[in-house]
Amino acid sequence: MTNIPIESIGVVAQPRPGAPDNWRRFFSFSTDHKVIGIQYIVTSFIFFLIGGLFAMIMRGELITPDADLIDRTIYNALFTMHGSVMLFLWTFPVLVGLGNYLVPLMIGARDMAFPRLNAAAFWMVPVVGILMLSSFLVPGGPSQSGWWAYPPVSLQNPTGNLINGQVLWLLAVAISGVSSIMGAVNFVTTIAKMRAPGMTLFRMPVFVWTVLAAQLIQLYGLPALTAGAVMLLFDITLGTSFFNPDKGGNPVLYQHFFWFYSHPAVYVMVLPVFGIFSEIFPVYARKPLFGYRVVSVSAIVITIVSGVVWVHHMYASGTPGWMRMLFMFTTMCVAVPTGVKVFAWVATIWGGKLRLDTPMLFALGGLINFVFSGITGVMLASVPVDIHVNNTYFVVGHFHYVIYGAIVFGIYAAIYHWFPKMTGRMYYEGLGKLHFWLTFIGTQLNFLPMHPAGLMGMPRRVASYDPEFAFWNVLASLGGFLLGMSTLPFILNMVSSWIQGKPAPANPWRAIGLEWLVSSPPPVENFEEIPVVIAEPYGYGKNEPLIETKHSEELAEPA
Amino acid sequence: MTSELSISQEKEAAVVHEHDEAGNSMFGFIVFLLSESVIFLSFFSGYVIYKTTTADWLPAGVAGLETREPFINTIVLVSSSFVIYIAERFLHRDNLWGFRAFWIATMAMGSYFLYGQAVEWSGLSFGVTSGLFGGTFYLLTGFHGLHVFTGILLQTIMLIRSFLPGNYEKGSFGVEATSLFWHFVDVIWIILFILIYVWQ
Repeated sequence: MTNIPIESIGVVAQPRPGAPDNWRRFFSFSTDHKVIGIQYIVTSFIFFLIGGLFAMIMRGELITPDADLIDRTIYNALFTMHGSVMLFLWTFPVLVGLGNYLVPLMIGARDMAFPRLNAAAFWMVPVVGILMLSSFLVPGGPSQSGWWAYPPVSLQNPTGNLINGQVLWLLAVAISGVSSIMGAVNFVTTIAKMRAPGMTLFRMPVFVWTVLAAQLIQLYGLPALTAGAVMLLFDITLGTSFFNPDKGGNPVLYQHFFWFYSHPAVYVMVLPVFGIFSEIFPVYARKPLFGYRVVSVSAIVITIVSGVVWVHHMYASGTPGWMRMLFMFTTMCVAVPTGVKVFAWVATIWGGKLRLDTPMLFALGGLINFVFSGITGVMLASVPVDIHVNNTYFVVGHFHYVIYGAIVFGIYAAIYHWFPKMTGRMYYEGLGKLHFWLTFIGTQLNFLPMHPAGLMGMPRRVASYDPEFAFWNVLASLGGFLLGMSTLPFILNMVSSWIQGKPAPANPWRAIGLEWLVSSPPPVENFEEIPVVIAEPYGYGKNEPLIETKHSEELAEPA
Repeated sequence: MTSELSISQEKEAAVVHEHDEAGNSMFGFIVFLLSESVIFLSFFSGYVIYKTTTADWLPAGVAGLETREPFINTIVLVSSSFVIYIAERFLHRDNLWGFRAFWIATMAMGSYFLYGQAVEWSGLSFGVTSGLFGGTFYLLTGFHGLHVFTGILLQTIMLIRSFLPGNYEKGSFGVEATSLFWHFVDVIWIILFILIYVWQ
């Protein structure tokens, strides 16, 4: 009858360190990409809570116009740490974690190309976190120069110590950069060389395309930031004059180095979320992804275009007129491949049999927020508008709609969607829906009032402000506290479901994809036999098989 | 019969897997080097911007850089790229002692380069804090020197490993990667030499 290999029975009988039911592996130097993926997601979520706590303290300060809750220097330290933690310790690593878990499964590989490198890259994340947060303990406290660390502000060292908040910040960012490059080399090699037979480029799920596009940005962009960070570190520690205007240096050059990476870094974060949207909409609308090939290629187009837009962060940095015009044009060009994607998603949902489960709700909410942030994004790309609202809360509102409204919503959608696959348990739908509505309302309440406040002229990075902005700030603060509370049903849901949730079948959503063909959670090394892919992804309603099956071959033989 | 078939398939799969691993490592290493080159590109563009926009480029009392000794250094380093290539050829023909001889010659040439660099640094009248000229000079030559040092370190490891029995059974990825890294360090130096010493 069925041919059960004897070896696999042996594997089941003997619990190994990597077996799916052994929780201790999550605290070990495991080289299994699935373990590392979950390690990334859980670790970064803890940092998300810490960064969120910083944000809530700031919103508590801003609920009244006066600086009365905390000292101004602490406020500066908090917005620096909030931005740094949220980017380097939450958004980047959580998306690397999702990619780590999903990419090998989606392309039919047993693991990443370099499993040990993968584990080493993950274990740098806690080091970065400890190093960055330890700056609260040194004299003078953490860096106060923001996550962008512009000189000459970042060159100030009032305590005179060599180990100060700014130096610790730079070291943490440097280690985070090494970790990201290791991850990027691993992802690009895995996607280029480890695909299953038949998994051609245009049979890869869009999520894999977008991870590839994002990691290519890391490879060409991050080294530029590293160069700038090294020079800044030398300015602070050795007394060189690269960015120090007092000694003839050029602080604007640092801004070029910084934004050459840190603008594309936004696409490093948002591209995988585009991938998540592209995976989720077809499943819950029961329709193939509209324009699959165009959506895939548009990810690579974004990779290329995002490399030539960075000066739009520097319209007000004494940038010459011709350069402003040039970068205004290139920045607006980004709207084309992103617009293509939005149209494709809307066309995918259009006329589908929608099932509004939690992942779909988060994806839809994320899409709405993304369209809104895209509109304000095109506004900000325009030089006259940007000069007017430069350094105001309008900018803060815009990028929080991108990063929270679109990216965090996409991450939540992905966590709910693949939770049954990762843990082998179903989550509680009711708590998921409660979490969605709290988060959606909290997001609008927190970030929408920032736009009118900014248009009225409220500056960013201030602990006190003119009372005329008070109304919008009270709303935003209430929204901020609501967002903080919204994580409670999520944590409750995840923890209790993982412990005692209903056991999940291999494919609870009737989704099409290699990851749904294996058990939940997938066995060690993922596939008993590497599948042979014979069709494009997203074949919903097409009634064609995704992979070649042994069974059908055997049936075909007698005929 | 089916079990025999599955065993042979497994063997085949294992072989393909192993072959892939070596190929993956080289692919990954090339991707890494491309990314690493962007750091140098950033430093180079920073240097060009500083040099073309700074009013008092040379610090007071500095006429320029001596080019004779660095030029000899350049010739030694560039030649070592050919020497390491010959070493690699010897390894492919399984001539281990020929490989080691030329490998050690490469290391000696790299060490001579570092020594020459150290002599040059110690004889200079300006330091790292002497304006943008001093800062960029030491940054570029120092960062490149760090790569030369890393290259010699890798070469030492490869030399020691060549004495281990059965070291090349799984291919010679380590030697090939080290050699590629050495060529990379060479190319960077040629650009650096033109930017700093030739273009004064």
